[in-house]
Amino acid sequence: MSVIYLDNNATTRPDPEVLEAMAPFLRNWWGNPSSMHAFGGQVRRHVEQAREQVAALLGADPSEIVFTSGGTESDNAALRGFLEAVPAVRTVITSRVEHPAVLEPCRYLKDRGYSEIEIGVDGQGRLREEELEAALKAGPALVSLMWANNETGVLFPIERLAPRIKAAGGTLHTDAVQAVGKVPIDVSRVPVDFLTLSGHKLHAPKGIGALYIRRGTPFAPLILGGHQEHNRRSGTENVPGIIALGKACELARRRMAEETRRMAALRDRLEQGILASCPDSRINGDPMQRLPNTTNISFHYIEGEAILYHLSDANIAASSGSACSSGSLEPSHVLRAMGVPFTAVHGSIRLSLSRFTTEEDIDVTLRELPRIVAKLRALSPFVPRPATKGA
Amino acid sequence: MWEYSDKVLDHFRNPRNVGVIENADGVGEVGSLACGDALKLTFKLGPDGRIADAKFQTFGCASAIASSSALTEMIKGMTIEEARRVTNQDIADYLGGLPEQKMHCSVMGREALEAAIENYLTGKRTKRILEGKVICTCFGVTEEEIRRVAQENHLTTVEQVTHYTKAGGGCGRCKEDIARILESLKPPVESPPTSPGRMTTVKKIRMIEEVIEREIRPKLRKDGGDIELVDVEGDTVYIALRGMCANCQMAEFTLREVVEKPLREFVSPSLQVREAGS
Repeated sequence: MSVIYLDNNATTRPDPEVLEAMAPFLRNWWGNPSSMHAFGGQVRRHVEQAREQVAALLGADPSEIVFTSGGTESDNAALRGFLEAVPAVRTVITSRVEHPAVLEPCRYLKDRGYSEIEIGVDGQGRLREEELEAALKAGPALVSLMWANNETGVLFPIERLAPRIKAAGGTLHTDAVQAVGKVPIDVSRVPVDFLTLSGHKLHAPKGIGALYIRRGTPFAPLILGGHQEHNRRSGTENVPGIIALGKACELARRRMAEETRRMAALRDRLEQGILASCPDSRINGDPMQRLPNTTNISFHYIEGEAILYHLSDANIAASSGSACSSGSLEPSHVLRAMGVPFTAVHGSIRLSLSRFTTEEDIDVTLRELPRIVAKLRALSPFVPRPATKGA
Repeated sequence: MWEYSDKVLDHFRNPRNVGVIENADGVGEVGSLACGDALKLTFKLGPDGRIADAKFQTFGCASAIASSSALTEMIKGMTIEEARRVTNQDIADYLGGLPEQKMHCSVMGREALEAAIENYLTGKRTKRILEGKVICTCFGVTEEEIRRVAQENHLTTVEQVTHYTKAGGGCGRCKEDIARILESLKPPVESPPTSPGRMTTVKKIRMIEEVIEREIRPKLRKDGGDIELVDVEGDTVYIALRGMCANCQMAEFTLREVVEKPLREFVSPSLQVREAGS
């Protein structure tokens, strides 16, 4: 029996078409695209074609796409690469709900003497725009705001914010790892300077990502040691990964409209079904401005890791914002920043769908989850219950 | 996924003794929703003075549920005196071990048991009151608790204290305080005995025996273990660990911290302790 995989914001299944596209570059055309001989050199054309495929999904020019090892590298390269190139900028503005791949570099920069400002969110996970406006007044800043939140799926209005940030003299990086392929993105209309994307979140394999760098944006490379990617990212190209990412972007571009409609319908059915069958549960995050594939639900009185283990026993893969499941003792910084009560944070789970999620997956989950919630609540000392006679 | 033992998973999937005993003889409640785990333990004594029934309710992760379930199974049939001696390590051992990051679940079990026994003995039914100075304000952990858990479990690093008590696992501001507490738990460094020139072997052995008797054996006995001095060759002291210590996973740690350290301190800094036969 194959797993019911509802953890697609963690990683996605590589699409069979993607695997088929990349396989020849492992088996047959394994040459180095930098080589002078035809055997290696012929690979270059395919790398450039993949760059075009990525650019097309974003509305970018192919020359603005730099291949990297993934989302974390792209985030680090954008933040540190820009600040190294522009020493006059001493302020970094980000949000409290960013992925650690952005938050940690920002806090690192703070330790190095940069002024760092973290913008808060409201109870629905929406950016406090008045805080951003105030922060932008402090002078030229590098701003890093995510397009979509990995835990709640809540979208920041990057289209609306980008022109305001630019007008205030800011430079904008957006971590769009969760958004690319799930919501339309067009950098020819939205003036972002840097944009991060990751292959394995959109049905390519792990170990490949890209950074969009708007033409003319100052950038000092993070990794030195070669001429690749026009000196913006050294190291022999991950050719199979690049081919895979190109194919994945092409598939996303062709199918996004149809797929996101289908995913949203499945997600809504799942969410409504859970709310109807599990009392004392709640949705975390703005239900209107959200990715079509994500739901974050809290079950009061019980703890997320315990839910995940029971779901796993039922062959359903999900994730949780609870402290215990993370290995730290601090529960989700995203839900805490939203002011979600502790009890709801500890009992939160995230279900994230993909193009491979089926109606049956949703049926099975709707059958298993209420049973699991009831089983754990029977153990909980906090469930309000009428006084019962001893066993 | 955590590396949970089969026994942890079994007690999580099939928890024993779930519920609340009406008219219980002892009730203990620890933890809170904010902390992420909580346990309510109730027990009833039989006519023979032994615990006849025990039940639990737990809010928490898989290992918190398993630790609670294991605790109720362990204490059934025990006298109050026996139950008082149950340590968090006993709970972890019963479950075939817990990941270190999850040891606080076993500590929560021991605390609930203590609260329930306290309730039985004094009739007091209060939620655990924080006595003494609160060190970790995120999880409400006092200096006294940190000292106790650190001593009982031979903890030496701040990280270990966090795994066992949660203290320091929130904002992290109390980590320096925890380090200070750990420092104060180290045995006082007494000035070495004034060098009497070269020590005779006979005198050395006598001093080693004295230190074992005074410093080492009582500590090991507390954990159900013992020690035997086998031989002394030059500066190498051969000993054998007995009882609970013999196959303990902490044996290497015990050898260094509990045996070698005081011997170096009170006899000679050049001593080396080896397990006989190893």
